[in-house]
Amino acid sequence: MIEHNGRRFALTLIVILMGSAAHAAASTLLNVSYDPTRELYEDYNKAFAAYWKGKTGDTVRVNQSHGGSGKQARSVIDGLEADVVTLALAYDIDALAIPGGLIPANWQTRLPDNSTPYTSTIVFLVRKGNPKNIHDWSDLVRPGVSVITPSPKTSGGARWNYLAAWAWALKQPGGNDVTAEAFVKKLYHNVPVLDSGARGATVTFVERGIGDALLAWENEAYLAVKELGPAKFDIVAPSLSIVAEPPVSIVDQNVDQHGTRKVAEEYLKYLYSKQGQEIAAKHFYRPRDPAVAARYATQFANIPQLVTIDAVFGGWARAQATHFADHGTFDRIYGQ
Amino acid sequence: MASAEARIAGRRPAPSRLLLIAVALLFLGLFLVLPLLVVFVQALAKGASAYVAAICDPVAWAAVKLTLTVAAIAVPCNLVFGVAAAWAIAKFEFRGKSTLITLIDLPFAVSPVIAGLVFILLFGSHGWFGGYLRVHHIRVVFAVPGIVLATIFVTFPFIARELIPVMQAQGKDDEETALSLGATGWQTFWRVTLPNIRWGLMYGVLLCNARAMGEFGAVSVVSGHIRGLTNTMPLHIEILYNEYNYTAAFAVASLLALLALLTLAGKSFLEWRQPELRHAVAQARDRTRRENT
Repeated sequence: MIEHNGRRFALTLIVILMGSAAHAAASTLLNVSYDPTRELYEDYNKAFAAYWKGKTGDTVRVNQSHGGSGKQARSVIDGLEADVVTLALAYDIDALAIPGGLIPANWQTRLPDNSTPYTSTIVFLVRKGNPKNIHDWSDLVRPGVSVITPSPKTSGGARWNYLAAWAWALKQPGGNDVTAEAFVKKLYHNVPVLDSGARGATVTFVERGIGDALLAWENEAYLAVKELGPAKFDIVAPSLSIVAEPPVSIVDQNVDQHGTRKVAEEYLKYLYSKQGQEIAAKHFYRPRDPAVAARYATQFANIPQLVTIDAVFGGWARAQATHFADHGTFDRIYGQ
Repeated sequence: MASAEARIAGRRPAPSRLLLIAVALLFLGLFLVLPLLVVFVQALAKGASAYVAAICDPVAWAAVKLTLTVAAIAVPCNLVFGVAAAWAIAKFEFRGKSTLITLIDLPFAVSPVIAGLVFILLFGSHGWFGGYLRVHHIRVVFAVPGIVLATIFVTFPFIARELIPVMQAQGKDDEETALSLGATGWQTFWRVTLPNIRWGLMYGVLLCNARAMGEFGAVSVVSGHIRGLTNTMPLHIEILYNEYNYTAAFAVASLLALLALLTLAGKSFLEWRQPELRHAVAQARDRTRRENT
């Protein structure tokens, strides 16, 4: 009995090993991405595979890995062999350039628009009918309003949320760093739970029913409304928000080792094509292409003022050091 | 013993006994049966066809296959180690024995997340062996070997812990008799030791298997979460849930629960058979003794 099972086990092992050997012959890419892009890349990978087949005759299979942006960058540094990374913010991809030496420091200049083929912004998702009357950032700090946002320590989206709130406070009459810090502190005072990633925070809000407002990626908010029914939630566009740029890059060290540089580069370039932009827009990412953007303009939240991180915070490196590093502003705000 | 218990129980007034039983059953129903029921209800919420479609999804199948593969490697490894360790501890005296017993329990004490991180620190790109593995194109973490290693670590104590008391209780008389009658070490192991411990052994294997299939924390750290490649069933369930795909999440969860229930059924069967078997072993031993004298 035991001997028989042993033989069958050995056979199973051989079958599994042969199976994986056969897979290796096909060209595969690994796209390590952040949380809310699952649906986007599921569609895009199919479109790209068809495009690549038509262009070169080769088949390509793209595997996906999703998680909190910072955690995903950490995994790539620790050896997760991503051919391309498509993360929530430039800072997380910068992390691959410095200690790991996986990509060159000038990675963000290799593709158009800061290597960001699509953008998004931060909006509020509220319960249907907006029972707490939330219309702008100032409403989030009222007593009795509960706000859901993930931890900026681990989540890229959460850092955009934080910076958008800060930027709004700065732009108010008499606004400066002191009033902005006081405002953001009051805002986090209304946050009952910090999830580690954007998707976790969305689940907390929509599924567990906690909180009056969810600070969310625009695409994530629209997806939640689409998936769970417009009868349950409303999207609120604040008077000011931040242009969130989730950039992309190939991982040079890995593509050279896998011999996949050409297909990986094409995979990212195709995101800028008409078809790539259409797919992004369909998943509620704001396309860069003006023609596609015009066609989808009505589906996005109407936000009067959109600011960039470069203009308000002097870029990611500075924003990170001031606000999110250990003992930075966020630690000061949340620790007290 | 059994009759003494019955006497004590009999003396206790009936209402309090009923109350105790009711509380226990309520507790059991609320915290064990109800959640299990919810899994199956949710899985079938959108009808049987949605359930079948969710389970037949190739990515879900990849997760099932990976989970079974990992268990099929991790359990035999721990089987060999568990028997060897229990044998050494129960039948021999040596220096560092108590240290070995403590070390076996280590995975019970260490959080699974730390167990995962340990392997990243060892085999990750910047880990101790990272450079060597990279040069030789060997993937350990964020691939199947890492998941197997993490699972072995977490399920390490189950079989050994199950066997040590069984082997200690049996002592070494049988083995010594066999050896003195001219049996080789291997013969003694296969014909005397193994039959004596086989029910305890199977019990340990079942527990080890259940944990190997269900492990989440350690595996999550080393998996890399590549869809269809490095997601085990527990990880895949979390991903489906996060994708608003509740029916599919609970469908896969129900499969995992079924595997666990099968394991429990196996365990009950063993418990049911064990007394009978102990009796049979004892009888056989008496018979041998009579024949020898």
